[in-house]
Amino acid sequence: MIRPLAALFVRDLRRAWGSGTIWLPVAFFLLVAMLYPFAVGPDRATLARTGGGMMWVAALLAALLPVDRLVRPDWESGMLDQIALRGISDEALAAVRTFAHAVGFGVPLLAALLPAAALLGLSMVQVQLLATGLAIAVPGLATLAMLSAALTASLRGGSAIAGLLVLPLAVPMLIFGAGLANPAGAGALELLAASSLLLTAIGPFAIGAALRALRE
Amino acid sequence: MTALLVADRLVCVRGDRLLFENLSFTLTPGDAVWLTGPNGAGKSSLLRLVADLLPLTAGQITRPASIALADERAALDSELTLARALGFWAPLDGADPAAVAAAMTAMALAPLADVPVAMLSTGQRKRAVLARTIASGAQLWLLDEPGNGLDDAALVLLRAAVAVHRAGGGAVLFASHFDLALPGQRQMPIGDERYGGPR
Repeated sequence: MIRPLAALFVRDLRRAWGSGTIWLPVAFFLLVAMLYPFAVGPDRATLARTGGGMMWVAALLAALLPVDRLVRPDWESGMLDQIALRGISDEALAAVRTFAHAVGFGVPLLAALLPAAALLGLSMVQVQLLATGLAIAVPGLATLAMLSAALTASLRGGSAIAGLLVLPLAVPMLIFGAGLANPAGAGALELLAASSLLLTAIGPFAIGAALRALRE
Repeated sequence: MTALLVADRLVCVRGDRLLFENLSFTLTPGDAVWLTGPNGAGKSSLLRLVADLLPLTAGQITRPASIALADERAALDSELTLARALGFWAPLDGADPAAVAAAMTAMALAPLADVPVAMLSTGQRKRAVLARTIASGAQLWLLDEPGNGLDDAALVLLRAAVAVHRAGGGAVLFASHFDLALPGQRQMPIGDERYGGPR
């Protein structure tokens, strides 16, 4: 059972990082950090106060960037059918693919955090809080991306709807994640972990059901 | 002889249309069953029902055998070379990498091993799908229009591969709009004429 799942994971990661796509979340993240000071003005204090929250929004959107590549191509090419035919449950495929997506966009995202923080003039403490928070949120964000990818795979132009679908579900992580930096935000870390864990735990079943519905 | 597949009074409804009902058949080792019927009669749907990719409306299917499906979709990564794209399935099939190489030879794909899947022609792609099916080592092959896009030489390879498979205790259930002329094939018409293609 492990060997097939490992093969699926390796393939997903290769597709996430192959042909330069590893730079996509990094470039997106850095672009936001570069443009943000132009939009709100170069005032250091304002940037330091609001930059962290901005990074959270950017991370959430970066997770959704590859939504149209997560499920749809494999559905169209018959890959999903062939995987199901080999006795791999939809839930197992969903879990493996969510994990691969979490690694695929989470690792480059965390690497991009340092240069982005430098562009916004964030302090080292803020960077640590951001890195901790994002590392906790990445599995939840990956689950949301996979869920919307599976739900919208059969729709034309589905990736636009994908954003609308998952944004409400991402709000708790956004609130608690950004709340980490707030001195009055006691318990934000635990609540962030709880939100991410809840999504990650129910994710494979919801995504698996969506994958099954695709075959109908 | 133990059956590879037992289908009992299958009913298939797609959308609001009844495609077929009370379809019963059994496949035993060495069988070759040719599904015939007009476009839209439900041949592909039957293959997907047998593969457990579509839910049954009614009836029962017993599948003691491992199953491989070759339909019009390649399920091969287009950016990879043919050898690597086919090799991806080996761990999922629990197959030996040597089985992949043997299947490529059987479909005369060895010279194309380093060609990206995206560059393959229709016929070459179809041969790649058949090679994937051969390499899977499954006992029951479901072939949806296996002869489509194949030239005469490739059709000879297909017949030879099916013959080897049947001799080794396998069975094939295939839909084709022309006669593949497999020795000892059984014909099974699908679909109610009222719902069939244009008449």
